[in-house]
Amino acid sequence: MIRPTVREKKTFGFADVPEDTSYEAGYLVTVNSGWRSIRPVVNTETCIGCMQCYLYCPDGVISIQDGKAVIDYDFCKGCGICSKLCKPHAIQMESER
Amino acid sequence: MSVSAKTLDQNEYFYGHKACAGCGGSLAVRNALKVLGKNAVAVLPAGCMSAVGFNFPQLCFANNAIISTFAGTASMLTGIEAGFRRRGIKDFTAVGFAGDGGTADIGIQALSGAIDRNDNIIYICYDNEAYMNTGIQKSGLTPFGAKTTTTPAGQNIHGNIRPKKNMFEIVAAHDIPYAATATVGYINDFLNKIEKASKIQGTKYIHVIAPCPTGWGIPVSDTIDAAREIVDCGLWYLAEYENHEFKISRDPKNFTSVEEYLRKQARFKHLTDEDIKIITESRDKKWEFIRSHWN
Repeated sequence: MIRPTVREKKTFGFADVPEDTSYEAGYLVTVNSGWRSIRPVVNTETCIGCMQCYLYCPDGVISIQDGKAVIDYDFCKGCGICSKLCKPHAIQMESER
Repeated sequence: MSVSAKTLDQNEYFYGHKACAGCGGSLAVRNALKVLGKNAVAVLPAGCMSAVGFNFPQLCFANNAIISTFAGTASMLTGIEAGFRRRGIKDFTAVGFAGDGGTADIGIQALSGAIDRNDNIIYICYDNEAYMNTGIQKSGLTPFGAKTTTTPAGQNIHGNIRPKKNMFEIVAAHDIPYAATATVGYINDFLNKIEKASKIQGTKYIHVIAPCPTGWGIPVSDTIDAAREIVDCGLWYLAEYENHEFKISRDPKNFTSVEEYLRKQARFKHLTDEDIKIITESRDKKWEFIRSHWN
């Protein structure tokens, strides 16, 4: 599993701004975790690794490792699609503190 | 070979983007890129996916991606395909992701031209049924009765007065090598249509319904449910066009209630029973045509 990772946020002068619409592919400088008010929590006892949450996550933050769903909380926005789709109810939404 | 969660590329190519929670469009882009792999060259016109993917210096595409002019998605795809071919690069897929406005209104002539030239590209229209990026204005693909900021619902006019443009059949009328409709609610069907398109020479068009919780007025966790229900109630159909023939991929025996589907969404909250009757009748008429003319 390869995902873009958060890298250093450099300071840019006007001359450094590229003229094209693009920058280096997969260059992330900020996370999305602050968007959440609720977070999905996986119960590894009941998770059967059916991959439905992985397939339907709009942000791609869920991966299946050793047959269980693992969530990247840096980029999860807490939409709750995974919890709603989970047939064995292994993902519960919990309030962020 | 069919694509499934197990055989899908495990790498993420659209990651860390700033789309709203529960965005259907980003789900479509993410999964399409997972099928096409790292050598896909994505073209995005003005629209949600370019707004959320490119926030300098953050670039959420892990493959090559570029923003095109609003009207020029298909023309830029043509240029990219020709440029790569000229440089002798063979292992790539030129793929465009345009919204419903960028496809059915603003980009339709460029798309039509690309199909006419039969350029070897994949054009994906993620249809959230309005110009969501700029604050929910009516597009050519906004359905009848939907409330948007340019088609407000009042006493006299109940939202959009025009039906949804029949984009899939407009594209098919060009006699395109491959066209298909899909929904993010039935993702395996969508993945397999992308896979099939990637193997076909010539222009390919895929129209995918991608609910927008913000614009449709549904809870962020209900995106997938809405994307399934729109097919189950018959207001959207899953079909393919290939070898000069239409083929239906999913023919629901019994439709679920149109009213139930509409009432869940804030954009249809104002509809009267009379309006819902009009929508139900147009659905029945459409399906009568589909079942008598398509395979």
